[in-house]
Amino acid sequence: MLDLLFAVIARDLKLALRRQADLVSALFFFIIVVSLFPLGVGPEMDMLRKMAPGVLWVAALLATMLTLPRLFGDDYRDGTLEQLVLAPQPLPVTVLGKMAAHWLTSGLPLTLLAPVLGLQFDLSADGLLVLTLALLVGTPSLSAIGAIGAALTLGLRGGGVLVSLLVLPLYIPVLIFGAGAVDAAVSGLGFEAHLSLLGALLAGSLFFAPWATAAALKISLE
Amino acid sequence: MHWNSASEFFAMGGYAFYVWGSFGVTALIMAVEPIIVARRRKNLLSRLKRQITAENLAQRSEES
Amino acid sequence: MNNRLINWFKFASPATFYPLAGKMIPWFVALSVVFGVAGLYLGMFVAPTDFQQGEGYRIIFIHVPASWMSMFIYLVMAFWAALGLAFNTRLSGMMATALAPTGALMAFLSLWTGALWGKPMWGTWWVWDARLTSELILLFLYIGFIALQSAIDDPRRADKAGAVLALVGVVNIPIIYFSVKWWNTLHQGASVSLTKSPSMAATMLWAMLLVALCFWMYSIAVALGRARNIMLERERHTEWVRQLLAGKES
Repeated sequence: MLDLLFAVIARDLKLALRRQADLVSALFFFIIVVSLFPLGVGPEMDMLRKMAPGVLWVAALLATMLTLPRLFGDDYRDGTLEQLVLAPQPLPVTVLGKMAAHWLTSGLPLTLLAPVLGLQFDLSADGLLVLTLALLVGTPSLSAIGAIGAALTLGLRGGGVLVSLLVLPLYIPVLIFGAGAVDAAVSGLGFEAHLSLLGALLAGSLFFAPWATAAALKISLE
Repeated sequence: MHWNSASEFFAMGGYAFYVWGSFGVTALIMAVEPIIVARRRKNLLSRLKRQITAENLAQRSEES
Repeated sequence: MNNRLINWFKFASPATFYPLAGKMIPWFVALSVVFGVAGLYLGMFVAPTDFQQGEGYRIIFIHVPASWMSMFIYLVMAFWAALGLAFNTRLSGMMATALAPTGALMAFLSLWTGALWGKPMWGTWWVWDARLTSELILLFLYIGFIALQSAIDDPRRADKAGAVLALVGVVNIPIIYFSVKWWNTLHQGASVSLTKSPSMAATMLWAMLLVALCFWMYSIAVALGRARNIMLERERHTEWVRQLLAGKES
């Protein structure tokens, strides 16, 4: 089982690294979106500091959404996905591997980049730390839940926007607890509760999303 | 009966816009939705009948 | 009597359900009218004025039933979705698809009446309280379902994909509601809540229940009508549809 997982992750990583432009453009999207908010609401530091957790989290959600079609898209187009689904190996494990690889190439870089952007919003050191922790725990959930949407919309026209419609409402709890954690840290209140709830969401999504995604893949490939 | 006159009823204690705005949109939705479903049914039936007629004609000309 | 009980699965076929649905619709319409008239009479003519909110509170006779129905319909959709995935019945998927627009309209109505209630009471057209915000997200879930099904051409794939989405949604709804409540209590100083309805006089509660029943009967009637359309469209190549159309040469 673990062998399968690592094999899938390794393969997906190798393929992703061949298309570095995709990875980097998602990161740049993150940067640009985050920069749009001060341009939209003005440069007063007080307001930006208060907005920072929400802005950073929403931008992370949107950047993750952009990378979702890539999760199954390439394999779908060249027929590999069908082989993976038909293979005797348990599909949920394969899917989990793909989700992990997806996180390594989108969620993790976003998490590492976020503190730097947080500085643009004058987030305190506590805030930056908790932001990183929260994103670290939260972004894998985004990959897991997003995979369901990506699997359901395989090969459909209007794919990118459609995935957003399906997946963004499901992301809302992660957003609320993630941004809430940073808010709490900045105001000096306890953020442990938020982080544990994020952890619970992660556990739940890692457990259920592979099954749902596997079912969705079989439906989309019929 | 709670109201003393019809005009009192329509005035709704000053909240007429909000109350009738709510009831109005509700009535609108509950009228329009069934109309849309009925109209779709009518269009469907006529379209399907036409298709069947067309297929029958095509079949007959093939046989002859 | 025994025959009726055993033959439930007979109605899982569109050919048998179509005429049954057609016969049921007028009954549900009639029930809806009866409950609606009774509820509105109680709510608009008998229920007393609220001490705090004046006559404006009467919007709850629409707002609360609409909210209830929007959530209930989603649960029913998820039920049909689960049934369809488990037993691979075509009709279950059709029922879920038929229910979605009505559920979405109920959610919209809940939001619309919520706004019209909030403006005179709390001064703003929108209040980010837990229930309204959850209702908004529920509307998004409905729209996502409808959008997904519209984007898929193959009806069977659309049914099953929608079913998976509906089930994922139904599992998420408690989570979303909980997180929105959490978010709401954290951020609000003064507890302005649209859900703090006036203490219910018995007439008010009865009026709400009757209007809710009215909406329920209405939703069933509309959903059955829509389901019949879906059946006609999808089963148009079958014998029973052809016979039906032949019989309708009017």
